[in-house]
Amino acid sequence: MSEILGLKAKLGLDVFKHDKEPHIKIKPGMEKDPRLKRAVLVCPAGLYEEKEDGRVELTIDGCLECGTCRIACGTEVLEWYYPSGGAGVQFRFG
Amino acid sequence: MEEKFDAIIVGAGLAGLSAAYTLAREGLEVLLLERGDYPGAKNVTGGRIYLNPIRELFPDLWKKAPFERHISQEGVSIMAGERSLNLSYRGEELEQEPYQSYSILRAKFDRWLSKQAERKGAMLVSRSRVDDLIIENGRVEGVYAGGDELRSQVVIACDGVLSLMAEKAGLRKPGSARQYGVGFKEVIELDSALINERFGLEGDEGAARLYMGEVTKGKFGGGFLYTNKESISLGIVVGIHDLMEGAPAIQAPVLLDEFKQRPEIARLIKGGETVEYSAHVIPEGGLKALTKLYGEGILVAGDAAGFSLNIGVTVRGMEYAMASGYYAAQAVIQAKAREDFSAASLASYESMLNESFVMQDFKNFSAAPEALDNHRIYTHYPELLGNIMRDMYSIPPGSKERLYPTAKKYLGTGELWAMFKDLRKVMKI
Repeated sequence: MSEILGLKAKLGLDVFKHDKEPHIKIKPGMEKDPRLKRAVLVCPAGLYEEKEDGRVELTIDGCLECGTCRIACGTEVLEWYYPSGGAGVQFRFG
Repeated sequence: MEEKFDAIIVGAGLAGLSAAYTLAREGLEVLLLERGDYPGAKNVTGGRIYLNPIRELFPDLWKKAPFERHISQEGVSIMAGERSLNLSYRGEELEQEPYQSYSILRAKFDRWLSKQAERKGAMLVSRSRVDDLIIENGRVEGVYAGGDELRSQVVIACDGVLSLMAEKAGLRKPGSARQYGVGFKEVIELDSALINERFGLEGDEGAARLYMGEVTKGKFGGGFLYTNKESISLGIVVGIHDLMEGAPAIQAPVLLDEFKQRPEIARLIKGGETVEYSAHVIPEGGLKALTKLYGEGILVAGDAAGFSLNIGVTVRGMEYAMASGYYAAQAVIQAKAREDFSAASLASYESMLNESFVMQDFKNFSAAPEALDNHRIYTHYPELLGNIMRDMYSIPPGSKERLYPTAKKYLGTGELWAMFKDLRKVMKI
């Protein structure tokens, strides 16, 4: 649990600008697709979580826009785009 | 009549900025679109840039470039569970100008490079996401960005590793997980005097270290550390396929936390304060994973084309990005002179790349991805070497065994045969 708290604190160090709507969405009806479980492991920001009923949920706040989930899960289960111009993470060091 | 640019460049990373700088230098009308607040806002590196292959392409650029430190000390660390074996290298040539490589932070560097491109006459629009390409009669005619329709003779897709633009142009398909790694890192602020003391550096000298083995729990990849002026970049790169397959199932961020807690690392970053956490996908498929580089009215450069190369001892992308941006610009300059922006005319981009270090490196190292995709490299050998070193240094209460038999007991016939087979693969790199 401490790792997850640590991660939230770490993401809190980054500058994020709010977007009108989430730029990545789990496609309706795909919440239990086995491909989504990969995202739980690969997301460096830990934004995918598997619930007890097997559904995977995505919280978009803290997304680093790295692209790993798009490659691991594919576009059949994820609707994936970049945030709109000027929104999302803004790295100060990179 | 609406304005038509010579070139619209999608993405102000190193490829896009290099292309914009080169085109503007020749007086072409260039529009550079960047979705971040400023160039560099979305860009991540490990990172270190090597200048020798690209020095001549941008002769006026280097003197004032805001790099961090020149790398004067190289290190590789092979990590087993409870021990590690370190190899460090210092050489006179690393301490002499012109320096071979520098540590770099992209938000700072890219922003500076964009100023240089603007000074040459390129038009930069930040906070502008390109939504789609304008394709008419099978030819790319410009882009749609934030409701605007922007037209140009040619579009250069420098939109990074996922390159949605190259996908839309039909030049690539979404990649497979085996061809990509994910890198994630922390920038940890630390007083420069303390950095110098801990790494044995003076002035602007810098250290680069790679870590392999336990760092990635046996998965394809490794850890890295670069010293910046007043911070340390510390991170991990792992193959996405290995990470998503589990065995062992471990979440990416946990790998970095555990890496930081290793005693070898903890003492280097002690007292430092993490100021940023970032992540990015990296193309690691080598030659086979390169996209088609050009089409009717479009070119692809940088990570978008797959130009990043992991050969084990080095992982390089930024020089390929800058060089491919430069050659894309040269192809556009030639196409403009011919007034022909067809695929046949833009094919000169690929010919120039073929003659340059870019494609020559990719061809020379075409066997690297396969040779490095060997789990024994990331688990078995680090443990084996660690155990041999432990026994070599160990002085038991009684008498000590002779050195050769000490090592030999780990190297039975089966082991030697497996090593021989692995070595044959690694020799192809």
